[in-house]
Amino acid sequence: MVKQQPNWSPYDNNGGSCVAIAGADYCVIAADTRMSSGYNILTRDYSKICKLHLIYQHQHNKQMSCPAMAQLLSNTLYYKRFFPYYAFNVLGGLDNEGKGCVFTYDAVGSYERVGYSSQGSGSTLIMPFLDNQLKSPSPLLLPAQDAVTPLSESEAVDLVKTCFASATERDIYTGDRLEIVVLNADGIRREYMELRKD
Amino acid sequence: MSYMDSKMSQHGLIGSESDSQRTLYPYVTGTSVVALKYKDGILMAADMGGSYGSTLRYKTVERMKPIGKHSLLGASGEISDFQEILRYLDELILYDNMWDDGNSFGPKEVHNYLTRVMYNRRNKFNPLWNSLVLGGVKNGQKYLGMVSMIGVNFEDNHVATGFGNHLARPILRDEWHENLSFEDGVKLLEKCMRVLLYRDRSAVNKLQIAKITEEGVTISPPYSLKTFWGFSAFHNPTVGAEGSW
Repeated sequence: MVKQQPNWSPYDNNGGSCVAIAGADYCVIAADTRMSSGYNILTRDYSKICKLHLIYQHQHNKQMSCPAMAQLLSNTLYYKRFFPYYAFNVLGGLDNEGKGCVFTYDAVGSYERVGYSSQGSGSTLIMPFLDNQLKSPSPLLLPAQDAVTPLSESEAVDLVKTCFASATERDIYTGDRLEIVVLNADGIRREYMELRKD
Repeated sequence: MSYMDSKMSQHGLIGSESDSQRTLYPYVTGTSVVALKYKDGILMAADMGGSYGSTLRYKTVERMKPIGKHSLLGASGEISDFQEILRYLDELILYDNMWDDGNSFGPKEVHNYLTRVMYNRRNKFNPLWNSLVLGGVKNGQKYLGMVSMIGVNFEDNHVATGFGNHLARPILRDEWHENLSFEDGVKLLEKCMRVLLYRDRSAVNKLQIAKITEEGVTISPPYSLKTFWGFSAFHNPTVGAEGSW
């Protein structure tokens, strides 16, 4: 008696890439807006960036800090450890001191605070480029050195645009449009850039 | 184990109680649904075929239905699951009406509900085997969205299920624009449906086009598309390759 293999998968890979970069007093989060399935494009205009804080604010009577959100996301993912959310996340925000704060995750909730990260189908193309441009200190150094970039906000945004323009050339699942969200002391700003549609 | 038991377990038919209830494959299926936003609302088209594997078994299946006052649902995939979804939505709309508070579910709410239903079923490994298209207008706002059988959902200016994704979507990407008139919208949909009729083996030449605007839903009576088969290449197909397979 052979165990019957399932002929239907509960998962689909909808592709796409996302990036976040932490600065001294800002955080840049960006993702493309293409949603694919196999070799089809389902839509060119799907936002992969969400704001998460309202429920916490109502219950705790204060804004949700980035490290608190990071733990929540990790727990949410690990809760489904044996039937995972097939999602690769990057969390960006400002910590309690107003410094940029980026956390990167795997599909089951393992997370780490970093100075910058990318996830998704284009991450293999984007991450080495970010490593080169942002000259991150080695994670093996003691005492741990902060990986928050000294770049200005506009320089970081330009860097992100370059990343996606390059990733779009070679990754078929990345393209259409780039959505960039910048968080700083003044609030949240959104910017868009057209990418190649092929 | 007895002979019968061992045979049945080989086919995966014996298992725990829950296993015998899961959907494994669809039986009676509908093919593509195509929809687009136009000036006054949404236009949606679907043929009336229900295939049983490779047999075109049923030719009067209505695959588009109005939901509440503001929405229109089209489905492809397993017809019995579509009928089940209509029962769920009936109950949803009933409860909405019972509030009697002057508010009624618009397309966004119905789409959200359907996404939750489809996603929760896939979590239990017992999916409703459908791709759903949900369109509607409420308070002047047009809405067109899609949900797949695993709960992937999105909105766009034009959507299509099944083969429509491959054959109709490229046409729509090229020729759709904002504020299409009703006549242009219908012409565009018919162009898509004609290509599907020529190229999708499970398409039948009997279709309905549905329109939803602020005023309400109209589903056209069934009609057929004109087709042309008089290409010279069809008259003597083997002329270039006599004796070939």
